[in-house]
Amino acid sequence: MDIGKEKALDLLVAMLKGRMFDESIMELFTQGFIPGFIHVGLGQEAVAAGVCRNLRKDDYISITHRGHSQIVAKGVDLKRAMAELFGKEAGFCRGKAGSMHVADSSIGIIGASGIVGAATPIATGAAFSAKYRGTDQVAVCFFGDGASNQGTFHEALNMASLWKLPIIYCCENNSWAQFTNQPTVTKVTEIASKAAAYGMPGIKVDGTDVLAVNDAAITAIERARSGGGPTLLECMVNRWHGHYVGDPQKYRDPEDLEKARKQDPITKFEKKLLKDKIISAEEIEATRKQVAAEIAEAIEFAKQTPEPAPEEALQDVYSA
Amino acid sequence: MKEIRYIRVVTEALREELARDPNVFIMGEDVGRGGGSFSATRGLLEEFGPQRVVDAPLAESGFMGLCMGAAMTGLRPVVEIMFMDFVTVCMDEIANEIAKARYIFGGQLQVPITIRTPHGSGGSAGAHHSQCLEAWFTHIPGLKVVLPSTPADVKGLLKSSIRDDDPVLFIEHKGLYALKGDIPEEEYTIPLGKADIKREGSDVTVFAMGKMVFEALKAADVLSGEGISIEVVDPRTLYPLDKEAILNSVQKTGRLVIAHEAVKTSGFGAEIAAIVAEEAFDYLDAPIKRVGAPFAPVPFAKPLEEFYMPSSKHIVEAVKSLL
Repeated sequence: MDIGKEKALDLLVAMLKGRMFDESIMELFTQGFIPGFIHVGLGQEAVAAGVCRNLRKDDYISITHRGHSQIVAKGVDLKRAMAELFGKEAGFCRGKAGSMHVADSSIGIIGASGIVGAATPIATGAAFSAKYRGTDQVAVCFFGDGASNQGTFHEALNMASLWKLPIIYCCENNSWAQFTNQPTVTKVTEIASKAAAYGMPGIKVDGTDVLAVNDAAITAIERARSGGGPTLLECMVNRWHGHYVGDPQKYRDPEDLEKARKQDPITKFEKKLLKDKIISAEEIEATRKQVAAEIAEAIEFAKQTPEPAPEEALQDVYSA
Repeated sequence: MKEIRYIRVVTEALREELARDPNVFIMGEDVGRGGGSFSATRGLLEEFGPQRVVDAPLAESGFMGLCMGAAMTGLRPVVEIMFMDFVTVCMDEIANEIAKARYIFGGQLQVPITIRTPHGSGGSAGAHHSQCLEAWFTHIPGLKVVLPSTPADVKGLLKSSIRDDDPVLFIEHKGLYALKGDIPEEEYTIPLGKADIKREGSDVTVFAMGKMVFEALKAADVLSGEGISIEVVDPRTLYPLDKEAILNSVQKTGRLVIAHEAVKTSGFGAEIAAIVAEEAFDYLDAPIKRVGAPFAPVPFAKPLEEFYMPSSKHIVEAVKSLL
């Protein structure tokens, strides 16, 4: 599919932002700038880019704990996102969320839960709301293969299909639920096939191929927006790093890990763009530099901006 | 004023709020065509249609989570959990997601959801259809917990709960659904966080929750025959709590009995006792007494359940032990 230069660049930028955001926070975490614990999605950036770059600002997404590339692709202000990870007052959630829950409701990010699988019905509720209010907004629920074993996944898919809700369930299947490999705990490992049980299309794509994700997302979003109902989209990806930053991944076969790291969605896309002569090597280099500068600016902002006042700990428990 | 049954008051409050605000909708098991397991939503599907009164699948986690998502994006869901015991199935949604969303997201999002659910024993419903679990929820910052007693309070508080921008757990009592009471003819609301003195008295304060308000009033009648004057304080909402009303009453009487149907151990009465001990100790002329269910699941057989349930008899005994 010929997507044109503008869209190609847009997808590339989204993936690069996700990549560089996560690479820098790994470093910042190790240096002690970011407290708590973080989960990075290196190697999985094509899914967020391919899906979110086809959404409108007022469409909803719920994200996973490995969700930085998802919010970046939806279009968050990088400075305020980075400030949230630092636990600063200027963060989207004023330092109450951190990496795990960072959200910007003004662009439809309705959050992430620290409970794996909890967001599935919540995102379904956003889709219910869009239909109820008669808008043509759609919702995307990002989740992993691990979350598909939660009851909430099955309950949500049933309701979405029953009520023809405008939602896309987008599974980033990296085959790892924390330290446990998918076949150890899952009989039917193909998530897309579970769509049949709920009477909706189940599509499986190579999640390292941003164009494959892009095409499948366009179809699913169009179906949802036009009243056709939900789609289950399974994107096969590789988790390059551990569950959390600092996880030595002793449970993984080093050979498999090596193989996984060779599946780079960004270099794959760049090669294709060069081969098809859509973008020049110079343009790619310039794009990388531009994204790196944006990330550096965000980090500088997060470092300089003040911490919340301690009394802020008691704000926003209730409306008044 | 008009006389009306508790359960029909619930229906009336729901009908008025559905008519007032198009963003209010009802979801729960059997709430539509079935009219609700206790008939709380009778006639509402016919009046407002299947978009506003939605029969949910038997999936409490799923539809509670769905209603949270709907609430965060502009709607005002009123969710029915058929028996309070069933909240266990959707505790993550209530305690982790709904209660904390406003806070976690720094005030960007709100979850104006009302969860209606009946608690209470007395009908041989057994261990999974009788529990009073309100204390679990008063322990979770972010939730409001309403526990009315009279039909008049039910209506005013339910309407306020639905209009509230925070999540509210609205606890009804199955054993009171058939109770008749007077309510105003005209529309009214009752603010959350205001206790009501159900009977004024001077010797002992009885802080009574939900159905125990009626047991306390019975006890007060019995005791007045013996020259003992009881003040019955009905908190009506557990969070926000009208601490002032309790402290004022204790300052007046100097004696406190706390009565709830829930298991006494770690029940909400422990919180009330602690508040009074911390803030009104000098006014107390006697130890604080708690009346509650024993530390056992709710039994099925009639004689077992009767033995188990706290009643006016226990309140009378507790009051007398303080004098």
